[in-house]
Amino acid sequence: MWNYIKISVLGLVTLLAAIAANYARDVPYMVHMIIVMLVAAGLFLWTVRQTEEPAGPAPIGYMDDVIRAGVAATAFWGVIGFLAGTFIAAQLAWPALNFEWAQGYANFGRLRPLHTSAVIFAFGGNALICTSFYIVQRTCAARLWGGNLAWFVFWGYQLFIVLAATGYLLGATQSKEYAEPEWYVDLWLTVVWVAYLLVFLGTLIKRKEPHIYVANWFFLAFIVTVAMLHIVNNLSVPVSIFGSRSVQLFAGVQDAMTQWWYGHNAVGFFLTAGFLGMMYYFVPKQAERPVFSYKLSIIHFWALIFLYIWAGPHHLHYTALPDWASTLGMVFSIILWMPSWGGMINGLMTLSGAWDKIRTDPIIRMMVVSIGFYGMSTFEGPMMSIRAVNSLSHYTDWTIGHVHSGALGWNGMITFGALYFLTPRLWNRSGLYSLSLVSWHFWLATIGIVLYAASMWVTGIMEGLMWREVDAQGFLVNSFADTVAAKFPMYVVRMLGGVLFVAGGIIMCYNLWMTATRGPAKEQATPVMAPAE
Amino acid sequence: MDTYSLLREIADSWVLLGLVIFFLGTIVWAFRPGSTQVYRDTADIPFRNDDGPLIDEGGAGGAALSEDDK
Repeated sequence: MWNYIKISVLGLVTLLAAIAANYARDVPYMVHMIIVMLVAAGLFLWTVRQTEEPAGPAPIGYMDDVIRAGVAATAFWGVIGFLAGTFIAAQLAWPALNFEWAQGYANFGRLRPLHTSAVIFAFGGNALICTSFYIVQRTCAARLWGGNLAWFVFWGYQLFIVLAATGYLLGATQSKEYAEPEWYVDLWLTVVWVAYLLVFLGTLIKRKEPHIYVANWFFLAFIVTVAMLHIVNNLSVPVSIFGSRSVQLFAGVQDAMTQWWYGHNAVGFFLTAGFLGMMYYFVPKQAERPVFSYKLSIIHFWALIFLYIWAGPHHLHYTALPDWASTLGMVFSIILWMPSWGGMINGLMTLSGAWDKIRTDPIIRMMVVSIGFYGMSTFEGPMMSIRAVNSLSHYTDWTIGHVHSGALGWNGMITFGALYFLTPRLWNRSGLYSLSLVSWHFWLATIGIVLYAASMWVTGIMEGLMWREVDAQGFLVNSFADTVAAKFPMYVVRMLGGVLFVAGGIIMCYNLWMTATRGPAKEQATPVMAPAE
Repeated sequence: MDTYSLLREIADSWVLLGLVIFFLGTIVWAFRPGSTQVYRDTADIPFRNDDGPLIDEGGAGGAALSEDDK
């Protein structure tokens, strides 16, 4: 019966998408509707072939196939995102790489959101979805709730990524940083996200462990808050139901404040809370000892979610935003330093008594460096939010360096560690294909980040100082073009850092592929029979 | 009173007080008597049930069936 409902809905969607593509008012909308039509038609055929087939026995055990797909997607989108980033870094150093024949499609302005969304939402998002599915099952001792709903979340999220990425290249954007996708893509993400919340909550509700492990608290905060942020920041009215343009509901400084309330909490809840969930599971697992202080982890959780939500206004110092609001954002950003470092200490001290593993285990080394970068960027961030510091750092490359020490160092490294942890277990191998390749990846990535962050500090502070330099008569000394010319060497170094980071990512993909296909096999465990029920 | 001022009034007084008390309450709760024992057990959750879900209550650990054992 369920299959017949699916067939009718998919057929209807195919038809409506075809009609919408026909009436499309702009190219990105037409391309998107054709993609939707093809996907719905493909699913229609697939569902028809499944219908009236005898159903197999209800699956038991953990639902790991969707996590395997998630691991593959994370590695794939990661390399795509790193490559895009390295290319646009090269475009900034050598503007000739904005090829004339690709104007309007592959110039910096079009590729930059492609890069940010690919690394944050495609790489980071897939990592969060697959690790949260892995962790919630193991820490609840329960199979994922909702059967194939988890697959809907996975494929629905990939469709969102494809629609967003093609939209950027073709020019469909609502011009909100990190929230560029247009209204219909936003609506689709909302549907997928609600399904994600249902799978996660359903699994928590049917858990067999009496307590909810702290990693799940962080994941739940991430899912719920991102849903709230996404909906409020994307309140808009489409110009036409057959077009990709929309008009924001908020205007002026309210719109700016909503955007950075969203933007900073995307950092706080997507790139911090969710990844802390990964830290609180994978670091204890890899170190083979429980978290340093569970009490501290509870205080870390509540302090983080109570404080982060207020920090957004520090993005709007010296703007039309009222002073009290930007002071509020600044003060909360500085208070936030404490729980962040509490969490960092908790992660690092989990290794107490096992410090030797940093020398012997390259995966632990990755996780430790990741936590180190978490601590460093959560110190740098509050400092940059102070109004006086911000007057120097804002609009300079210092901000870019700060974001990347957090994203490459903290998010990237903890995700690499998690992928190296997961792959042997998910593909039933006793270990990784090559630990020395993990070491190679570790050093390439670390040196790449150091080159990136150091060059951006130098160039950021330099251009900040050049912009504010005045002569004895009070005239500005430098033109904007002077700062651009002075930054060239640092831009080349930054791009080289990116090349090293991509190289590490490609080595990781090779290593994971070899682990999955021909890694060392696990010795056959004696099968455990399920008790008769 | 317009809506903004009314909401602002409520947010600046009772809601602020409530949130602060809730936040301080979580810290007190984490240090409640007997919490160390409970949290020692909770912190060990990642080291249990690696192979498969618990099928029914009371069968801790042994009643697990993993996907690759099917």
